[in-house]
Amino acid sequence: MNKVENQKGWLFVLPVVILVAFNAVIPLMTVVNYSVQETFGDNVFFFEGVKWFEQVLASERFLDALGRQLFFTFTILAIEIPLGVAIALTMPRKGIWVSVCLVLMALPLLIPWNVVGAMWNIFALPDIGLLGKTLNSIGIDYNFTRQPVSAWATLIAMDVWHWTSLVVLLAYAGLSSIPDAYYQAAKIDGASSWAVFRYIQLPKMKRVLTIAVLLRFMDSFNIYTEPFVLTGGGPGNSTTLLSIDLVKTALGQFDLGPAAAMSIIYFLIILLLSWVFYTVMTRGEDA
Amino acid sequence: MARITLDNLKHSYVPSPSQPSDYALKEIDVSWTDGGAYALLGPSGCGKTTLLNIISGLLSPSEGRVLFDDRDVTHEAPDDRNIAQVFQFPVVYDTMTVFDNLAFPLRNRGVAESEVRSRVEAIAEMTDLTAMLDRRASGLTADGKQKISLGRGLVREDVNVIMFDEPLTVIDPHLKWQLRSKLKELHQRIETTMIYVTHDQTEALTFADQVVVMPDGVVVQIGTPVELFERPQHTFVGHFIGSPGMNVLPCSVENGQAVFQGERVAIENAGSAAAASAAGKATEIGIRPEFVTLADAGIPVRINKVADAGRFRIVEGYAGETRINALIEDGDDIPSGTAYLAFDPAQTRLYADGWLT
Repeated sequence: MNKVENQKGWLFVLPVVILVAFNAVIPLMTVVNYSVQETFGDNVFFFEGVKWFEQVLASERFLDALGRQLFFTFTILAIEIPLGVAIALTMPRKGIWVSVCLVLMALPLLIPWNVVGAMWNIFALPDIGLLGKTLNSIGIDYNFTRQPVSAWATLIAMDVWHWTSLVVLLAYAGLSSIPDAYYQAAKIDGASSWAVFRYIQLPKMKRVLTIAVLLRFMDSFNIYTEPFVLTGGGPGNSTTLLSIDLVKTALGQFDLGPAAAMSIIYFLIILLLSWVFYTVMTRGEDA
Repeated sequence: MARITLDNLKHSYVPSPSQPSDYALKEIDVSWTDGGAYALLGPSGCGKTTLLNIISGLLSPSEGRVLFDDRDVTHEAPDDRNIAQVFQFPVVYDTMTVFDNLAFPLRNRGVAESEVRSRVEAIAEMTDLTAMLDRRASGLTADGKQKISLGRGLVREDVNVIMFDEPLTVIDPHLKWQLRSKLKELHQRIETTMIYVTHDQTEALTFADQVVVMPDGVVVQIGTPVELFERPQHTFVGHFIGSPGMNVLPCSVENGQAVFQGERVAIENAGSAAAASAAGKATEIGIRPEFVTLADAGIPVRINKVADAGRFRIVEGYAGETRINALIEDGDDIPSGTAYLAFDPAQTRLYADGWLT
C-alpha cells in the first residue's frame, strides 16, 4: 500500500470534522478567547492573560460552589449506585412482571427535567404539598425554601427519585447477561448468596456500573435545571451548585471573562474526575 | 460415593401435564452403580440435561424419586447432595485466581486452609493447572477454563457423583480428544461415579463403560458400547449409533419368517417373530451396513451412490423406495445398475414397533 494514496481517506472524515468543529470546537475556542480578555461591550476587547483564572480560583464564591457541587455529586453517587444495584437484584428475571417493572423504572427518566423540578417544588411545599405538609404534620419542621438542610434533603431526594432508575436499568442489563449455569454452579459449590453477589453478579456488572458511575457523575456535576426550578440556588446560596453560579456570573452579571474562565475550569474538573473514575474502575482488567 | 437410583422418574415443564408429549422425561428407571463411568446419549432436546439437573437437584422432578444409596434426596438442595457438575460452557469466577477458583467449594464448606491448600495442589496436578494457579481465571483459554470447572468438581473428596453436561462443546477439536482421555484417566484414578451427557456417539462410546441411550425422554437401552453396536434393543439405538446407522427395512411376517419385498430374509430372532406379527405390530428388519454383502442372489437393489470412506466404501442402494446401505471393503468390485445383497443371518433381527422382538 502506498501511503500517499491513503490521504484520500481524510475526505470521508471531513463531514464529521466540520460538524464537530461547529458544535464543539468553535464554541469552546470562543470561550477560551473570552477567558483571557476583558470586554465592556461593543466588541471591544483587552487582553488580560490568566487574570480571570487566578481570580476565579481565588474566589471564595467559586470554591464554595465547587464544594457544594462535590458534596452533591458524591452524595447522590453514594446513594444511587448501591440503591440501583439493590433494586436491580430484587427485580424478577422472567415473566410478565419484567416488562411492568422496566416500564415503571423508566418512567422518571421520561419526564422533562424542568417538570421534575416543578413537581418536586409543589410536592414539597410546606403548606400545600403532600410531602411538605405530611412532614410538618408529623412534627418535623420542614421548609425547603427557608432551611438549607431541608433544601438539601429535597434536592437529593429529587435526584435519587429521578436518576436511580438509570442505574437500575444498567445494572439489570448486566445481571440478565449472566448465564444460568453460573448460578447453578454456585449452588453446587455451596456458595452463600453474598458469595454469589460478590464473585458472580458484581464482577459481571462491573462494566455497566463503570458506565453508570461515569454517566451519573457527569450528569450530576452538570445539573442545572432541576435545582434551578426547585430552589433557584437558595435559601441564600446554600444550594447554589457550580452551574447555577456560572449562569449567575455569565448572564446575571454579564462578567463574560470570569464566566469563561470558570467554564474552562469547570470542564477540566469534569474531565479530570471522569478520568480518575474510569482508571480506578477499570484497573487490573484483562483485555 | 453412592449408588444412584432413579425410581419411576417423570418430569414435565407444563403445569398440569395430561398427555405423554407434555413430559420431557416420560418414565425413567435407572440404577447407576458406584464408581462407574456412564454416558447419557441422545439427540438434542431429548431431556438429557433435564435428567442431569434432577440428579444434581437443580430441578425437582414432577413424579418419582432420586435415591443415593438408600437415602431419598429427591427434594434436597444441590449443596446437600454432595455432587459436582461441569457445564456446557465453562463457569469460572472471573475475579479469582485459578487457585481460589479451585478452593471455592472447599472454603464455602469451611474446610481448614491447610487442607484446602493440599487438596487444591493435588487437583491442580491432576488437571495440569499447577503452572497457572496464581493466574487470574478470566485470562485462560476455553479448555483451561473447562479444566477449572472440572477441577472444582474433583476438589471435594467425598462427592457422590460428577456430572458432565456436554463439556466439550466449546473446546477446539484438536483439544477435545486430549480432554477426553484426561477425563478417562481421572476416572480410573479417583473412581468416582461419572455421568457424561452428550449427543456425540464418539464421546459417549469412548468415555463410558455403560451408555444410556435416551431419545425423547425414554431410556431405550443401557449397555456397553459393544452391546449397543451388536445388539441394539431399539431401532433408534441402531440408527443413532454407528456411521452410517443401521438399515431399518419395513417387512411382513409370514409363517414365522420375515419377508421383505417378496424375499424371505433369515433372521436371528425368528422364534419370537410369529408372536410379534400376531399382535398386529409394525415389523421391521434391522441390519447394520457392516453385515450387508454383495452376492450373486438375494435382495435386488438399484445402486444409487458409492462413497469412499477410507478402508471401505459406503454403497447406497434402493430396493423399491427403501434405502439400504452396505459397507464394502476396498478392492471388491461393485456392479453398476442392479446388484444383489445378502444379509448376515446372525446379525439380522426383527423389530416390532421399534423394539427388538
